[in-house]
Amino acid sequence: MTFQELLLVCGMAAVTFLVRWPVLTLVSRIPLPPIVLDGMKFIPSAVLAAILAPAMFLPDGTLDLHPTNAYWVAGLASALINWYSRNLLTTIVAGMAFFLIWRWLW
Amino acid sequence: MRRQEFWAGIRATFPLLVGTTPFGLIFGALAVNSGLSASAAAAMSAFVFAGSSQFIAAKLFGSDASLWIIVLTTLVVNLRHSLYSATLAPHMKHLPQRWLVPLGFWLTDESFLVVDKRYRSDDRSPFKHWFFLGSATAMYANWQLWTWVGILAGQRLPNPASWGLDFALVVTFIGMLVPDLRSRPFAASALSAALTALLLAGLPNRLGLMVATLTGVATGMLVEKRLQPPKELR
Repeated sequence: MTFQELLLVCGMAAVTFLVRWPVLTLVSRIPLPPIVLDGMKFIPSAVLAAILAPAMFLPDGTLDLHPTNAYWVAGLASALINWYSRNLLTTIVAGMAFFLIWRWLW
Repeated sequence: MRRQEFWAGIRATFPLLVGTTPFGLIFGALAVNSGLSASAAAAMSAFVFAGSSQFIAAKLFGSDASLWIIVLTTLVVNLRHSLYSATLAPHMKHLPQRWLVPLGFWLTDESFLVVDKRYRSDDRSPFKHWFFLGSATAMYANWQLWTWVGILAGQRLPNPASWGLDFALVVTFIGMLVPDLRSRPFAASALSAALTALLLAGLPNRLGLMVATLTGVATGMLVEKRLQPPKELR
């Protein structure tokens, strides 16, 4: 590991720890208003949707709605598989298989 | 009780390991292919432990970006973790620092999702932080292991990004999101977050992700208020 790499890892480790831990410590000391606490239940699904939409529809940075874009086709298929199977592991395995086959077909 | 919670945390995280495994593998391979040394790539997984920012850092390092830019990008990409911390913190008030420091360090998208669900479940188990510890242990051990495998594989196989394994994370997140969509406020929240993320995808450093998340939260709250007069709290 070069000195430059050491600095890089230390810097990244520091900033990442500083967005995770201080809030965990401070918020547990300062009570939050009920409306904020109530809104927080939407964070998991909102974050997931915000990560997923660009990953599915903008795989190369531009909008791609062609059926050749396996990310959105297989993503939609995975969503349907999950809706009906209600099982996470089934969804991951079947969705991944669908993606690889679809990509190979086109 | 403690041991039960710990193992339940590992079990709940298991399906997510299936999705993050290829991600760790690609990170290791991509890192050594973009010029990072094997030890630096392994150290990044061990001490930073934040998948998507490690990915971006490896790519930026390969394109000769300055250290400052990479560290700053890491900060912005990981800002969403402060939302996770804020969400979990009210449940963790009673914990001493010897718990908060390691659990803070081990917070990831995946552990947050399963641990948040555990904290919201109705039973009043006082040991839910052991569930968190179990989930974090599983995620951390798995991430280290597959980073190393990726480093070894990457020294032999070129162009890991083209393997198609990056879809594993997409399908994992879909599997976690879809169950929420059966509820109308959550579906509205997710839809607005998705549209906002698409519209703001051009913003640098994934800032669009934060704005989209907050838009989704606001939409969910508004729709919930419209649908039912304030009586039920989940």
